[in-house]
This record gives sequence, structure tokens and C-alpha cells, in this order.
Amino acid sequence: MTTMAPDAGTQDDAAYEARFNAAVAAEERIEPRDWMPDAYRASLVRQIAQHAHSEIIGMQPEANWITRAPSLRRKAILMAKVQDEAGHGLYLYSAAETLGTSRDELLDRLHAGRQKYSSIFNYPTLTWADVGAIGWLVDGAAITNQVPLCRCSYGPYARAMVRICKEESFHQRQGYELLLALSKGTEAQHAMAQDAVNRWWWPSLMMFGPPDDESAHSAQSMAWRIKRHSNDELRQRFVDICVPQAESLGLTLPDPDLTWDEERGHYAFGPIDWDEFREVLRGNGPCNEQRINQRRTAHEEGAWVREAATAYAAKQAERSRHGYRAPQDQQQGDTQEEDIA
Amino acid sequence: MSSADWPLWEVFVRSRRGLSHTHAGSLHAPDAAMALRNARDLYTRRSEGVSVWVVPSAEITASSPDEKDSYFEPAADKPYRHPTFYEIPEGVRHL
Ligand SMILES: [Fe+2]
Ligand SMILES: [Fe+2]
Repeated sequence: MTTMAPDAGTQDDAAYEARFNAAVAAEERIEPRDWMPDAYRASLVRQIAQHAHSEIIGMQPEANWITRAPSLRRKAILMAKVQDEAGHGLYLYSAAETLGTSRDELLDRLHAGRQKYSSIFNYPTLTWADVGAIGWLVDGAAITNQVPLCRCSYGPYARAMVRICKEESFHQRQGYELLLALSKGTEAQHAMAQDAVNRWWWPSLMMFGPPDDESAHSAQSMAWRIKRHSNDELRQRFVDICVPQAESLGLTLPDPDLTWDEERGHYAFGPIDWDEFREVLRGNGPCNEQRINQRRTAHEEGAWVREAATAYAAKQAERSRHGYRAPQDQQQGDTQEEDIA
Repeated sequence: MSSADWPLWEVFVRSRRGLSHTHAGSLHAPDAAMALRNARDLYTRRSEGVSVWVVPSAEITASSPDEKDSYFEPAADKPYRHPTFYEIPEGVRHL
């Protein structure tokens, strides 16, 4: 290795790159220890981190309603959903870490505002019906985005997405059921459901990102088979799915231009307010500051728990070096041996 | 050791009795007991498992992806290790 000619490095890289491109073209998965172009790695870290941040920031608007859920059934469901989102964050941080970026580094970047999360979570949850609208529309849009990611060229990301997609379908269905109950309820409940859908519809369409001709990362991501469909394609798919679902709910979507386009075989919809999207992205949404502050506070206020766990682990390790085993450890040890046997 | 240095653990879950443990993912934890608890909360929220193993990632020795072809090559030219390699006259049964 040390006797290589000065230009051997670049020749090597070219050979590696050719092998990488062939693997991607053949629909093989790239795994953590495979050679990959630096830009591919950087692009994945950016996307997976942003995705992970979205999952954990997304816990906030819904957690806002846990203590005020109208029944124990709804409360248990909402708690399970919010807990799932924490889990999704963890799967994704793990996937990002396989690319050589530590979780703490990613969290630091989030807390410092240097990495983004989905701008949908910068809108407030004003009523209980918002919990339903988020489940139906926001999780619904997320699913539309995520299903193709299960075939992403990077193995750990694809595997995390398979797990996440399995869990997401309950999120969407509980939201739909919640909205249906309200829609069929009293006049005031119906109005509350309609108002929530009116407020969440457009931001949900923005979740697919800017139009194809303005999307900065799209073309390269498609070439690398990280992405499979363009933003506009996925957005259209989502609209087509939602229109009949809204009808079954007995609710309308807040778009006067929404009509069936016979020729294209798709629903046509009105223009999206991209200025609003850019403003929220820039940090000027209704809740940007609140979300990031709450995240930082949670991280700081949880520090003592992490420190206690660290201290406990150190103490246990010290004790076991001196031949002492806590009764609880013995138990755990026994179960494990049983499992192995 | 701060939480930033918590080791990485690989999680293996046995989904049903009679099946082997399969790799589910990974997580950070300060010690094995915490890793096990976190693994339960993270990977078996829907009864996906009846048993969980956690293994420090650093303890895993892996083959190198660079030599994946040459390393596994010895098996590639030995088709006679597969039953389909052999021609058996038609009508011979239970073979
Ligand atoms: Fe999620
Ligand atoms: Fe979700």
C-alpha cells in the first residue's frame, strides 16, 4: 500500500466508483462498510438526519394534547403514537450513525439550528381535531413519501424505513377514525374537524418539498436511487388518495380548484403558496422558536438521567470487577443463559 | 464516560419460540441491563419478540466488504455441494 504511485489513489477511487455505480444500477444495496462517494455519504447524512429530527420534533404538536384527550381510549392511542415517533427517530439516528456521524453531533446541529426538520411541525395544534388531521394528512403524506424509501439504495436507511412504514399505518388510521367521529358528531364537532382539515391541508402538500424544477437535491438523489419519485409525482399521488377519503369523512378540502382531470387521470389542484413554505423554512413559522426551545430544554432537563445511568453503569462495572453481583444482574444473567441454551 | 460515549449495542430479537434470533437494529446504552431494557422498548412495542439479545457492537468481528468476492469464492465453483448438481433417472423416488 505504501509503495503506490502518487496517482494510484485517484485510479483506485475511479475503480471503486465504477463498482459503486454498478451496484446501485443493479439494485444492490450499499452497506455501511462499502466504499461510497463522499457526496453520497453527505447527502444521506443530511437527509436521514433531517428525517430523524422531524420524527422527534413531530412528537411535540401531538404530545400537546395527551393530557386533554377526550377519553382514556384516545389518550392511550395518542401516547402509543407519540412513543412510536420517538422510536422512529431512534431507528433513523442509528442509520445516520452507520455513516460515521455521531448522534450527539446530529443533536447538536439540530439544537444549533444548523440542521432542519420538516416545516410542517412549525404549525400549532389548536384543537383536538388537529390530532386527527395530523394523523390522516401529515402521517399520510409521510407514508406516501416513505414507502418508496423502503427501496432506497442505502441498506440501513431502507431497513429503518420498512420498520417505520409498518408502524405508520396505525398512525394514519387512528387520525382518520378520530376525524370521522368528530365529523359525524355534533355540529360544533363537525365544524372543528373541518377547520382542522382546512388548516393542515396546504402545509401537508408542502411536505413533499418544492416543485421539481426548483428542487435542489432531487436529480442527484434519483440518480443514486435514494429517491425513487419526484416531489411533484408524490404530491399528486397524495392528492389523488385524499380526495375520496375526504368525501367518506364528509369533509371538504380547502381548494376551489380541486377537480378531476379526465385527460390526465388525476385530480388537478390549485397553486401552493411557496412563499409561506420558504418563510416557515427560514424560521418564521408560527412555532419554529417554541419547537426548538422545547427540544433544547428537554435535552438539558434530561441530562441528569443520562448522568445517573452513566454513573450507575460505572458503579456496577466496578462492583463486578470485585466479584460482587447485584441480585438483579444475576436474574438477568440467568434469563440470558436460558435463552442461549 | 458521558452519554456521548455510551457504547453501541446490536439488538437481536427472537420473534417466536422455535425461530433463531435475528438482527433488529442497534442502540446506545451505558450498560447491558439498560441496553436490554431500551431494546425491549424500541424493538418489541408490538410483541415482535419473545426474547432479546444485546451484543456490544465493538465485539463483532466482520469480514471485509472489499474482499467480498475473493473471500467467498471458494464456495462458488463447487456446485456439487448442491443436490441439483446430480442427475437421477426419472422414476426413482424418495431421493
Ligand atoms: Fe414517524
Ligand atoms: Fe407517524
